[in-house]
Amino acid sequence: MSFMPVILWTDALIFVLMVGVLALVWFIRRHEHLRAPWRVVAQRPMAMGAALVLGAFVVIGLLDSLHYRERLADSPADAPQYSVEVLSVFDALVSGLRTRQEKTYSAPLAMQLYAKEFLERDGETVRDYPRLQYGGAHLKHADEHASDIARRTLVGLTQGLAVGLLLFGLLAAWQARRTQTQLGAWLEVWTTGRLGWPGRTVVLVLTLMLLLAGMLIQLASGYHVFGTDKVGQDVLYISLKSIRTGLVIGTLTTLVTLPLAIGFGIAAGYFRGWVDDVIQYVYTVLNSIPGVLLIAAAVLIVQVYIESHPEIFDTAAARADVRLLALCLIMGVTSWTGLARLLRGESLKLRTLDYVEAARAFGVSHVRIISRHIFPNVFHLVLIAIVLDFSGLVLAEAVLSYVGVGVDPSMYSWGNMINGARLELAREPVVWWQLGAAFAFMFALVLAANLFADGVRDAFDPRLGGRR
Amino acid sequence: MKPLLEVRDLVTGFGSTRVVDGVSFRIAAGETYALLGESGCGKSMTALSLMRLLPDGGRVVSGGVQLGEIDVLALPERDMRRVRGGQMAMIFQEPMLALNPVIKVGAQIGEALSLHRGLAGQAARDAARALLDAVGVPDASRRLDSYPFELSGGLRQRVMIAMALAGEPRLLIADEPTTALDVTIQAQVLDVLRRLKAERQMGMLLITHDLGVVAENADRVGVMYAGELVEEGARDAFFASPQHPYSRMLFEALPRPGDSGRLTTIPGQVPPLDGTLVGCRFAPRCPHAVARCRSESPDWQAMGGQRVRCHLAGTLPAGQERAVTAQTTALAAQPLLQVEGLKVHFPIRRGLIQRTVGHVRAVDGVSLDIQAGRTLALVGESGCGKTTVGKALLRLIEPTAGNIVLGGESITARNAPSLRRQAQMVFQDPYSSLNPRMRVADILLEGMDALRVGNAPQRRDAVAQLLRQVGLPDDAGGRYPHAFSGGQRQRIAIARALAVSPRLVICDEPTSALDVSVQAQILNLLKDLQNDLGLAYLFITHNLAVVEYLAHEVAVMYLGRIVERGAAADVLRAPRHPYTQALVSAVPRIEPHAGEGIIRLAGDQPSPLNPPDGCHFHPRCPHASAVCRQSYPGQTDLHNGHRVRCHWVAEQEFSARSMN
Repeated sequence: MSFMPVILWTDALIFVLMVGVLALVWFIRRHEHLRAPWRVVAQRPMAMGAALVLGAFVVIGLLDSLHYRERLADSPADAPQYSVEVLSVFDALVSGLRTRQEKTYSAPLAMQLYAKEFLERDGETVRDYPRLQYGGAHLKHADEHASDIARRTLVGLTQGLAVGLLLFGLLAAWQARRTQTQLGAWLEVWTTGRLGWPGRTVVLVLTLMLLLAGMLIQLASGYHVFGTDKVGQDVLYISLKSIRTGLVIGTLTTLVTLPLAIGFGIAAGYFRGWVDDVIQYVYTVLNSIPGVLLIAAAVLIVQVYIESHPEIFDTAAARADVRLLALCLIMGVTSWTGLARLLRGESLKLRTLDYVEAARAFGVSHVRIISRHIFPNVFHLVLIAIVLDFSGLVLAEAVLSYVGVGVDPSMYSWGNMINGARLELAREPVVWWQLGAAFAFMFALVLAANLFADGVRDAFDPRLGGRR
Repeated sequence: MKPLLEVRDLVTGFGSTRVVDGVSFRIAAGETYALLGESGCGKSMTALSLMRLLPDGGRVVSGGVQLGEIDVLALPERDMRRVRGGQMAMIFQEPMLALNPVIKVGAQIGEALSLHRGLAGQAARDAARALLDAVGVPDASRRLDSYPFELSGGLRQRVMIAMALAGEPRLLIADEPTTALDVTIQAQVLDVLRRLKAERQMGMLLITHDLGVVAENADRVGVMYAGELVEEGARDAFFASPQHPYSRMLFEALPRPGDSGRLTTIPGQVPPLDGTLVGCRFAPRCPHAVARCRSESPDWQAMGGQRVRCHLAGTLPAGQERAVTAQTTALAAQPLLQVEGLKVHFPIRRGLIQRTVGHVRAVDGVSLDIQAGRTLALVGESGCGKTTVGKALLRLIEPTAGNIVLGGESITARNAPSLRRQAQMVFQDPYSSLNPRMRVADILLEGMDALRVGNAPQRRDAVAQLLRQVGLPDDAGGRYPHAFSGGQRQRIAIARALAVSPRLVICDEPTSALDVSVQAQILNLLKDLQNDLGLAYLFITHNLAVVEYLAHEVAVMYLGRIVERGAAADVLRAPRHPYTQALVSAVPRIEPHAGEGIIRLAGDQPSPLNPPDGCHFHPRCPHASAVCRQSYPGQTDLHNGHRVRCHWVAEQEFSARSMN
């Protein structure tokens, strides 16, 4: 085998989460009352558009979670040795971006470095901006630069549009066959937006994403689209790699939060009495300690542990990964209180309802009452909390990494990008692209998550008039 | 005479749904016009259209509303604000929701006064006090500084009326003004409304579903069905001979005193209003419908003083008097349930260490017995502890003291499972008593699973059997509760209680959230089940008409204690306790009153936290004497198991016996 699969802790958890989500989808499909609100979500153009964007992020994140180590070329076949560098499938797909490393900073789409160097030119030593090793290296003369960028952009857009139209045609043909209508008739329904699902938005968003992807692919093959960072790495590559970190923080933290919030919240509301008192004291105390302080302390402890036990971790990636997991854990432990309080209040209300009384009149056990009567009726709150918290957690990671208690400095994350850009913002001329790229990616992800969360909340929250 | 309010062909729609469809009526000054109908027929929407206060999405499509000289629908919103409150005012059903809980009563009334009469400061305060006096709030000057939560339900509703009157409106719209109140309080509030209408020569639009309230208050009556007015007439003519089949069936669905036959039910449901409706809207449910009814919408036909929209008006057979059959009273030897001295006290804890500083005596020494196959009705106003009795019997609330014997077995915490197999409960609100996330079959299986009744195939068969028993379709088991109407949900709740084959079913106001016609279905069902299965019922209710129809025995509760009990006929026809007498007389009845008028009780039920010394009822009792203020009365046995706790009755009995 020319490679060895590596399963990091977060990878494993991500795939467990995937299986969980798939199981949940399967479960929801079989229960009409659970399906109905999702159908409402699917009918909202805004939510569906946001879901597509989120989907693109998730695909990148998942591809980036399939890790492996390459076999060293010169290792013997019977005792293979593997590279210490852990790569992912996503790395393999964009290997061009990863390997084309410059010396130091270069501006987006630039041909030259951002710093002057002594160059040998026509036998003379001059001080000038040297050409990049890869960015625009295919150009003979600097004056071809603008026209080349324009040409690549156009080609990229055309390719994107072509793929978009192809997909749209396939969709139309499939839908027309499914609904037993003529292709023209289906297109007419599609243009008037009376499909029953937001067909126009889906096609539009998909096409836009394909246009963007086409353009990026064309440009990235010849330039550094978002420039390079201090050590000459492609910022686009770093930004894309950061997607996984953001998603892991946003989802795994919730995974830690949920059992705590659901367990404590429902127990406090349902049992009342001393159980309620204890749980309330716990979360009041937890809430009154600054979260950042707890997180900083915990992350530092983990850091010390990692450094004093180097034998446990065979690669740098594994070390960084454990620190990421620890961050998720500690953020989960500090952020369950809000949801728990919400669930406590709701359970307090539910436990007095007649159907719970009726169950008690049959002598149904507490566990069964909670699992059959209380939990299904607070599930919509849990779901709303998950999607609403997601974007908050992604942003929190950026803040924590900026403060220096976030993920491992060697890990690609938007927080680390911002942290790295911090000092360079003060220099003249300013290096803005690192911050800009991190901002653009984070903005796209958080905005999509928030718009999607809005749709989910509208569909699930009975107070907003969503029909249940 | 020019009418005060004239509504012409009013059509109100939500999208394509026409919730009010071509309604026309007139109200003269000093006249009460009652809009009668079941829920969802468009009564409230008519009222909100008049006020132009429709909820989002609703709008008046066409028609005219003329209030005196004002064309209400043509007014700009600016001027409309002056009309609301100033020309016509509205009272809502739930006074707690309509009053702002953080503003003092005086300030809330003052707001309306400053808006419509330009009063401020002391003048506004005086006017507010005068208004509270007018609506019969005792100690009005002190009440001005109370917050709404400090007032009882009856007082709150009066404050609402005072606020509505602040602008001296010419038309008062009362939307179910007493539905949320107890009968004795309802009688007080209706009195106030009647008096004010007469004094101020206001027109009043009374919206209600209660035929009794209509009979006692309205001058003219309009019956609404599915967004249309189907019958209209003067009260006496209407009550003497309702013409529309729907009106007649409403009357026949009412339980009458001394009647134990089956109640008439209206099959089917109100049609959805969003489609195009062809023909008479009542035709699918009408027993007299002919082909023409289904194809052609009937027009108004005048019948003396009445108008009716029915093709068959005047040709229908005269309303049949239901045969009134007497209750059979066969006494079983052994009581199924015996309760002695049941007490439920809730401790009140205060302070840092949660010291118990007192007790709310919700139930204070209640004794009952019920024979197998018979019904005991537990009657009382809200807050008297009757629901607590029901829950304490099932140990949903742990009783403080008392002895419960069910089927010859004393019930303690240890043998609770056997209790749970023998006694079950049906709750008041069919919407909150079924878990919306569970399918009907799972709801029915829950009890059998928990109590391990039979094995799995037997349980599944039992579910099908139960659904048939309560008259639900066979495929109901696979659906969720939201797919069912209120009446059907109550059937599911009854089936759930029956699933473990109990011998006693505690029914906690099972019909009070339902419409009259649906109530009739449920009462019929309960009666059939009693006949078939020999069930005993403990029927907890405040609705005396239902008690008379269903119960064999009655126990009347006041402030945690039973003040009178005995056979239903004895207690309700010849009540002896002054409280029972007031309760019985306060029920609005559709029959013309014979003999004495309504006994009005002063004030409200005191708090069970701090019950009055002596007889709990003495502060409101018209016959209270010195001894009533000192000691709680003992039990006086009258004939035939009729027992009363009252000094006054005891004295009467004593003197009657000593004369013989």
